Amino acid sequence: MKILVCISHVPDTTSKINFTNGDSEFDTNGVQFVINPNDEFGLTRAIWFQEQQGATVTVVNVGGPDTEPTLRKALAIGANEAIRVNASPTDGFFVAKQLAEVIKTGGYDLVIAGKESLDYNGGMVPGMIAGLLGYNFVNSCIEVTVDGTSAKASREIDGGKEIVATSLPLIIGGQKGLVEEKDLRIPNMRGIMTARTKVLTVLEPVAANSETKAVKFEKPAPKSAVKLFSADDLDGLINALHNEAKVI
Amino acid sequence: MSILIYAESAEGKFKKVAFELASYAKKVAADLGTTVTAVTVNAGDVSELSKYGVDKVLKVSSDKLAGFTAKAYADVIKQAAQKESVKLVLLSSTTDSLYLAPLVAVALEAGFASNVVGLPVSTSPFQVKRTAFSNKAFNITEISTEVKVLSLAKNSYGIFENASSAATEDFNPTIGDADFGVKVQAVEKASGKVTIADADIVVSAGRGLKGPENWGMIEELASVLGAATACSKPVSDLGWRPHSEHVGQTGKPVATNLYIAVGISGAIQHIAGINSSKVKVVINTDAEAPFFKVADYGVVGDAFEIVPKLIEKFKAFKAQNS
Repeated sequence: MKILVCISHVPDTTSKINFTNGDSEFDTNGVQFVINPNDEFGLTRAIWFQEQQGATVTVVNVGGPDTEPTLRKALAIGANEAIRVNASPTDGFFVAKQLAEVIKTGGYDLVIAGKESLDYNGGMVPGMIAGLLGYNFVNSCIEVTVDGTSAKASREIDGGKEIVATSLPLIIGGQKGLVEEKDLRIPNMRGIMTARTKVLTVLEPVAANSETKAVKFEKPAPKSAVKLFSADDLDGLINALHNEAKVI
Repeated sequence: MSILIYAESAEGKFKKVAFELASYAKKVAADLGTTVTAVTVNAGDVSELSKYGVDKVLKVSSDKLAGFTAKAYADVIKQAAQKESVKLVLLSSTTDSLYLAPLVAVALEAGFASNVVGLPVSTSPFQVKRTAFSNKAFNITEISTEVKVLSLAKNSYGIFENASSAATEDFNPTIGDADFGVKVQAVEKASGKVTIADADIVVSAGRGLKGPENWGMIEELASVLGAATACSKPVSDLGWRPHSEHVGQTGKPVATNLYIAVGISGAIQHIAGINSSKVKVVINTDAEAPFFKVADYGVVGDAFEIVPKLIEKFKAFKAQNS
């Protein structure tokens, strides 16, 4: 089985979010980039398939040379090889077009992408790939197993989960649940060393339009200070929730 | 040229988000000088939609669509959009609608913006405001395609009544076998409980509660308020509460009217997941807990003393105000 894991290169959660160039661009100054958490759950599940079912795992990112350390980290965690599509990821549709091309040419059976990235939170790339290729698609996926060309998966739904039967080729929009947090792997020295010699192929992008453009960013208005009530004045709290906030 | 909304229902009844979406669509339609058409799938009484300004309903009834199948539902919405020649398709932000939206966008060659908050900033060029960076920023997105798909963030606009008389038309889209490559085998759902997705109020608790045996008072507080219960990540990792209750960045997102956090310190990953809730209340012994920086109201003190008192006070309040 050939697995492709799509990796988004995103600012670490604890990063300060600032904008530059007239608030039109994200300020990467001093920001630490990581593998998008939803993608990391998918990558770890892919490594499970590699170890248990002999799958090969390729990781892919659409981005400039600055994203290569993130791909190398995925290789250090255990992916067999990496692909970087050398283009600025201008919008979700553009990225989906590039990935669809990589999937078609590479003949991947299972594609795992995070259900959304932590930066733009667009939540559209896995679905758009599925739409472009006409492949089966399970979003918000929390479990996936493969037997030959059949697959079983579950997805999170409001208030529970839904179990589905489907077949390869399959696109997964992944999240926590594919593996648990404790199953995530920190690259060890051996992994880091071997990652240096693994193949990282750079591909040039195919022609594709961007359909959307982030024209400007704004930060939320500063919050007013919390209103404190003492443990003896819970009536004050209830009164505020009823008359001021009007939420009860 | 009308605006199309997908009015989501469950077991034949519309979800609340359908009414919010209709209210939003009505306002956008008024600004653009057009009307609102809703497409429904196996909904019972569709007349309710006219309360919120829907002018026309395309009613789809099909046994094939009894269970949710994203591809088939996306196909229905695409055909409805083409039939009405719409330029703007609006969806809500439920798990199902977020599953559909990119499929609909690709099928219609439409640009898509998710997490939309508020009315379009401009209609020419078409620009909307959306949340990004896990609610730490807003981003103004311009969509340049002729057809556009938006998903509206839950609780970001509100529900407004605006009576209209909706014409209902039975709609029979073509649904082929190719739409059913993913088949639902089973659904596991806790019945009778308010879900985090539907709740107006969420009562959430963290490690400050010391152990799973102490959740009785959290459940009682939630039940008095008609709220859903939730928990922080460490609590679900420790197995004190089920994973389905975990809210935060890697758990479920919460966008509710009132979020009450008991014994949760407020790690940045937790806040990222709950920050789009309108009003946040924190109860914590540690006055330095980061949650106090993002909360609207707070009580510094021992949850074991405060929560039982709050239950009594809310009960009295409910008795007086119902």
